[in-house]
Amino acid sequence: MPAFSCAFPGCRRDLLVIVLVVFVGIGLHIEASAPAYQSHGTEGSHLTNITNTKKAFPVLAVNYEHVRKPFEIALWILLALLMKLGFHLIPRLSAVVPESCLLIVVGLLVGGLIKVIGEEPPVLDSQLFFLCLLPPIILDAGYFLPIRPFTENVGTILVFAVIGTLWNAFFMGGLLYALCQIESVGLSGVDLLACLLFGSIVSAVDPVAVLAVFEEIHINELVHILVFGESLLNDAVTVVLYNLFEEFSKVGTVTVLDVFLGVVCFFVVSLGGVLVGAIYGFLAAFTSRFTSHTRVIEPLFVFLYSYMAYLSSEMFHLSGIMALIACGVVMRPYVEANISHKSYTTIKYFLKMWSSVSETLIFIFLGVSTVAGPHAWNWTFVITTVILCLVSRVLGVIGLTFIINKFRIVKLTKKDQFIVAYGGLRGAIAFSLGYLLSNSHQMRNLFLTAIITVIFFTVFVQGMTIRPLVELLAVKKKKESKPSINEEIHTEFLDHLLTGVEGVCGHYGHYHWKEKLNRFNKTYVKRWLIAGENFKEPELIAFYRKMELKQAIMMVESGQLPSVLPSTISMQNIQPRAIPRVSKKREEEIRRILRANLQNNKQKMRSRSYSRHTLFDADEEDNVSEVRLRKTKIEMERRMSHYLTVPANRESPRPGVRRVRFESDNQVFSADSFPTVHFEQPSPPSTPDAVSLEEEVPKRPRLKADIEGPRGNASDNRQGELDYQRLARCLSDPGPNKDKEDDDPFMSC
Amino acid sequence: MTGIWAWSPESSISFVSDSLKKTFLSNSRNFHQNGDGTVEEISFEEFLVVMSHFRPPALNMTEEQREKVRREKLRFLFNMHDTDNDGTITLEEYRHVVEELLSRSGALEKETAKGIADAAMLEVASISMGHMEPDEFYEGITFEHFLKILKDIEIEMKMNIRFLNMDTTTLCK
Repeated sequence: MPAFSCAFPGCRRDLLVIVLVVFVGIGLHIEASAPAYQSHGTEGSHLTNITNTKKAFPVLAVNYEHVRKPFEIALWILLALLMKLGFHLIPRLSAVVPESCLLIVVGLLVGGLIKVIGEEPPVLDSQLFFLCLLPPIILDAGYFLPIRPFTENVGTILVFAVIGTLWNAFFMGGLLYALCQIESVGLSGVDLLACLLFGSIVSAVDPVAVLAVFEEIHINELVHILVFGESLLNDAVTVVLYNLFEEFSKVGTVTVLDVFLGVVCFFVVSLGGVLVGAIYGFLAAFTSRFTSHTRVIEPLFVFLYSYMAYLSSEMFHLSGIMALIACGVVMRPYVEANISHKSYTTIKYFLKMWSSVSETLIFIFLGVSTVAGPHAWNWTFVITTVILCLVSRVLGVIGLTFIINKFRIVKLTKKDQFIVAYGGLRGAIAFSLGYLLSNSHQMRNLFLTAIITVIFFTVFVQGMTIRPLVELLAVKKKKESKPSINEEIHTEFLDHLLTGVEGVCGHYGHYHWKEKLNRFNKTYVKRWLIAGENFKEPELIAFYRKMELKQAIMMVESGQLPSVLPSTISMQNIQPRAIPRVSKKREEEIRRILRANLQNNKQKMRSRSYSRHTLFDADEEDNVSEVRLRKTKIEMERRMSHYLTVPANRESPRPGVRRVRFESDNQVFSADSFPTVHFEQPSPPSTPDAVSLEEEVPKRPRLKADIEGPRGNASDNRQGELDYQRLARCLSDPGPNKDKEDDDPFMSC
Repeated sequence: MTGIWAWSPESSISFVSDSLKKTFLSNSRNFHQNGDGTVEEISFEEFLVVMSHFRPPALNMTEEQREKVRREKLRFLFNMHDTDNDGTITLEEYRHVVEELLSRSGALEKETAKGIADAAMLEVASISMGHMEPDEFYEGITFEHFLKILKDIEIEMKMNIRFLNMDTTTLCK
């Protein structure tokens, strides 16, 4: 029986491809490191020879040392990407096993091969990890952080991140110390501080692992942001605890003052990190205000300012991750208002690209380091660590949720709690922190082994089983729908409504402060950070313009107007009649006439043979009656508009002037400040002016590439007259560049 | 109850206060108009009825109960938009909503507001009706269509206000 039988022939071929790729990659790598010795040799002999004889000019020479470092780096990255490519060629495999697991396995294989060859496999260098591999992932996460769910749940997230991590660290550290006291384990040399240090390293939920696994299961927004936000914000706690215990374990004793300083340090680290990030974020936003002439380098500003924020905060031992998140979150709204569309796309794709490469490399190196690293295996310790991890996580989540639910409006259900607890994965950050431990800790190897085991357990077991569990428990999934205008409108509407209701209740809640922040943002901050006049633009309009832009681009690319949904509904189905409705009786009459005409024409059309000329004839006949009816309507409209556009102060109202009262439904012009128009005596000049036919000329709604958008016209009488004439002209002559969508709504009756 | 209106309309929520006023008062049975068409009072029960729409769903609700809560909240919103209470939101009413929404920012650009409202209406029509002949007219958004387009928004999670930090049932006994 073959070890694996594939359901279809292509599968076997793909597996073969992957194995070949792996071997090619390894082969290249070994080859690359081998000539290192050769070139030394030639160098030496060359020097001795030069005094004796003149050698022939070397036409072809190999000098590997010259390019060694960049070559190896490029080769590793290429290997990682080929692996990633390979996995996605096998759909069955990638559907069952999350990518992170596969990459770790590949890393194990590569490390094993290297060891077999006899070389020393490279270990995940902590410097490399923290300075090069981690920042792109965090920046990607921070820049595209969904703000709304994050801010709505920030209290819960902070409780989980801070208190949850503290609980995990102390629970695990304490119990492991108790374990080490038991004589049979043979670890009596381990003191409390070392255990607490170990606890603090292992307790933090890892953002890389969470991202890698959660991305594939598409869980609902709430749970996703809870776990993910927790993994980001617990960095401050981890940094403080780690530094604290590292310092103390050298000294050996802890006083109350030290604990107090530790608490102060926590606040400094977290708030300091956020502050540094925010400063750099504002700098980036301000810079982007002036980049309208150098669009090409816009993305670089975003990346560099963020990276500087990270490095600056790492310099002061503040929380680099929080700085990066704060920078991304702060700069995003302003930068996106300033930069060009292409720059936005560039930023998005570069961030995704870098974070993808980083993630792949991290997992592969994790596998390689497992093979390489010095190990000290102690069954009891390791197994206990794994079990304690799970137990402390579950207890922590349940306990905290119980408290949190008293304060939450929308409570967390048991299912949510389960996913939050089960999704607490550990990852490469724990490994790197463990690796950073200096060799003076006699337990270093043991700790590293335990950490790696925990990571493997969480990533493999929990990562692989979370998807079927989500299906089994029928947890709500993320809604995969395109943004719709209606939802956007109503989300904003809800915001204002809830702010108002909060005001009525006298309760200064979430929405009240959000409203205050928005107002502050609009009046002071946007003025400085957004180029040009854009800072006045409200969110809804920006959203709408983005949608228009997208549709325009799609249209340009595909050559036709895209429809969001396959339907034959066009503007003419919803546009009300542009002309004020005549009395109901008259309208019925008109309808009857039109229908009769249409029917006549249809019959005539059917009786004639199909040819282009007959169609035109039919149209013409329609046109005749249509034109007649139009003329009547235009006449009526002219009379009506006369009353409206002539201002009161220029002409006193004639004695028999009709009190014209328009209901909002029938009048397109009433999309104005007043839903109804009352004409009494010479009203103050503002009233008739305001009601004049200003911008209510039905300019056909621009659903196409109208990026600039018409600015609102000032209500101006002269303008009103011109518009009116345009309207009249509009109706009588559709004009050459109207397409079917902008058909005369008249025809819709 | 008249005291509320005295202090609540700050300039920032004047938009909402108008629509809120209308909504609170439209449910009122003491609907008597003053000379300028405004209503001055509602009773406490009516106030509670309106506020009950903003109650969050309970923790252990079945799916149908959640659906009921969702319907109720969306009904409230629907009534706020449908100013003439004829059961449909016409294009005019929708335009009015969008304009008021945008007027808060101070940049009242009628064309864009109209464009947005029209696009939104088109979207609703596309989703609800699917296929219409070119000479048919889509009268307005009915409540069923409204439910359909907003079903993804999970309104029972969002349209909630924290009243007091106590369980309200303990107060009403």
